[in-house]
Amino acid sequence: MRFERRQKVSPLWLVGAPVAAMALALAIAGVLIALAGAPVLEAYGRILTGAFGSRLSATETLTRATPLIFTGLAAAVAFRAQVWNIGAEGQLYAGALAVVALGAATPAGLPPALLIPALMAAGAVAGMVLLLVPVFLRLRFGVDEVVTTLLLNFIVLLFVSLAVEGFLRDPLAFGWPQSVPVAEEAMLPQIVPRSRLHAGLLVAVLAALAVFVVNRATVFGLQSRAAGLNAAAARFSGVPIGRTLLLVACLSGGLAGLAGAVEVLGVKGYVSTDLSPGFGYSGIVVAMLAALNPIGVIFAALFVATMFVGADGMSRALDVPSFIADVTVSLALLTMLVALFFTSYRVRR
Amino acid sequence: MSELADILLTLGLWSSVLRIATPLIFGTLGALLCERAGVLNLGIEGIMTFGAMIGWLTVYQGGDLWLGMLAAAVSGAAFGLLHAGMTVSLGLSQHVTGLGITLFASSFSYYLFRLAVEVQGTPPTVEPFRPVAIPLLSELPVLGPTLFTQTTPTYLAIGAALGLGYLMARTPLGLAVRMTGENPHAAEAQGLNPIRLRYGAIMAGSALMAMGGAFLTLAAFNSFFPTMVQGRGWVCIALVVFSTWVPLRALLGALLFALFDAYQLRLQTVFGKAVPYQLFLMMPYVLSIVALVVMSRRARVPQALMKPYRRGER
Repeated sequence: MRFERRQKVSPLWLVGAPVAAMALALAIAGVLIALAGAPVLEAYGRILTGAFGSRLSATETLTRATPLIFTGLAAAVAFRAQVWNIGAEGQLYAGALAVVALGAATPAGLPPALLIPALMAAGAVAGMVLLLVPVFLRLRFGVDEVVTTLLLNFIVLLFVSLAVEGFLRDPLAFGWPQSVPVAEEAMLPQIVPRSRLHAGLLVAVLAALAVFVVNRATVFGLQSRAAGLNAAAARFSGVPIGRTLLLVACLSGGLAGLAGAVEVLGVKGYVSTDLSPGFGYSGIVVAMLAALNPIGVIFAALFVATMFVGADGMSRALDVPSFIADVTVSLALLTMLVALFFTSYRVRR
Repeated sequence: MSELADILLTLGLWSSVLRIATPLIFGTLGALLCERAGVLNLGIEGIMTFGAMIGWLTVYQGGDLWLGMLAAAVSGAAFGLLHAGMTVSLGLSQHVTGLGITLFASSFSYYLFRLAVEVQGTPPTVEPFRPVAIPLLSELPVLGPTLFTQTTPTYLAIGAALGLGYLMARTPLGLAVRMTGENPHAAEAQGLNPIRLRYGAIMAGSALMAMGGAFLTLAAFNSFFPTMVQGRGWVCIALVVFSTWVPLRALLGALLFALFDAYQLRLQTVFGKAVPYQLFLMMPYVLSIVALVVMSRRARVPQALMKPYRRGER
């Protein structure tokens, strides 16, 4: 059995393969739900109603999707240029930490219109710096950034733990290890009353559109794609690889830092070591499910958020471990990888 | 400063070094074997987690400790088969496939664990491997209680490092694996089958990784809990670079790393009041990055690493 590159890809394949991949992932997860002794169809029904059944749950799902859009974009931007940024989790925490450190120390009376963008920019910069280090190490010393970004995740999380038990500790938190809150006027406005849904969602969607435009309509977008497709060929045709990759790192790390900033300013108001239930790692799945397309990232983030929010209620009702959401999402990543392969290759005997 | 030196003189430190090193030895050897055949296996973190879970569960359900290790090895080989299918047969991105397998294998192990064990306050425990004193040798001063009073899987890990070192350097099979990782086209021209060699290396390597995970739940600790692997898999990937893809140096690297880890654990008890404990916990990860930077300049990476091989394609 051999594989042969398809000369032209029929639109049926382009739509059918991803759909088949999702169906396969849901089917395998269904077997696992049955293994837990729960009715499969009812379980999926409950996931859907749990995620969208009421005004509250729908806003909760959108709230959950917001940081996933940012981390998904961070991964998509980096992977397109073959910069393997697996450190979105750490960059998210770096962004959150920067926002809290500055947001708790700002003098009272600053207008929110000035304060909020400034704090978000600080979060983005923190994420950038954290990714620039491994990308620099790769360019200068040839150190694989996969391992360094992964290891930095652990280092940053420990640093957050140090901060919330030390110099950023909230003395009024009854001994809970959490940081001091940011100023009230720094919080992002709600966009649906009596819910947690905040303006960060709009920023996330705008960011996706911006990345889409950058990819399509700028020289940098073309150069980063060229660097990813064939770095040697790109270099020969005059693409400044080093500069392009550093810019990619700024964009990707900045987006991941924004995820942390927005999560603090929109939802929590403070930082603790459980700010992110793996948003950084899920962002990789989001990016792959979207085939690295920034607009697709919005929908992929919505799917992942649906699974996580919906599985919470379903697991309580039917006694299925809520880890089923993680299992389904990671299965979808694997099946989608295979499906995308078969859109460009076909089997030949 | 005398405390710093005193710690190095305690026997407890040295006997814990081998215990801390064992999962790293298994994991590093496994990752090394895959990479020697030309495939980066980032599934390691998840495969170790699954090995830890399935090994523990087998023993918890009444199985023998060695049956637990075997179950872990078989599960590791199964994930290796999945990894090989996607990266070797289909030639998909080794980075993304590996991460996908890590995400899947770890969430799958948490799911199965929750299914099999009702959650209570403290996780249930099993009776773990006990240290075995090797007759005569264990009575040596200093060396006896440190080197020769360990659990059997630790001896197995050291044996695996020596065995893999011999296999890679001295046998036709080892040469074939290395050739596949350097130049699969040349290997094919020699009448070897690079595809089959890569499948074999990934499956055997993944089995080793899973045994490293099982050591955590069956010897180092006696229970399973989520996130217990704690980035050990990623440390192993760094150690492979540190070892310059040589099994005996992987053994040395894991031991050095474990010595450092054991040392910082004891430093915490001495300086825990003055210095935040998180700084100590960071040190192994920082050390891994430093080791990567130092060694990357001298590293002789297998030439075909991360390059998919398709017959008749350049």
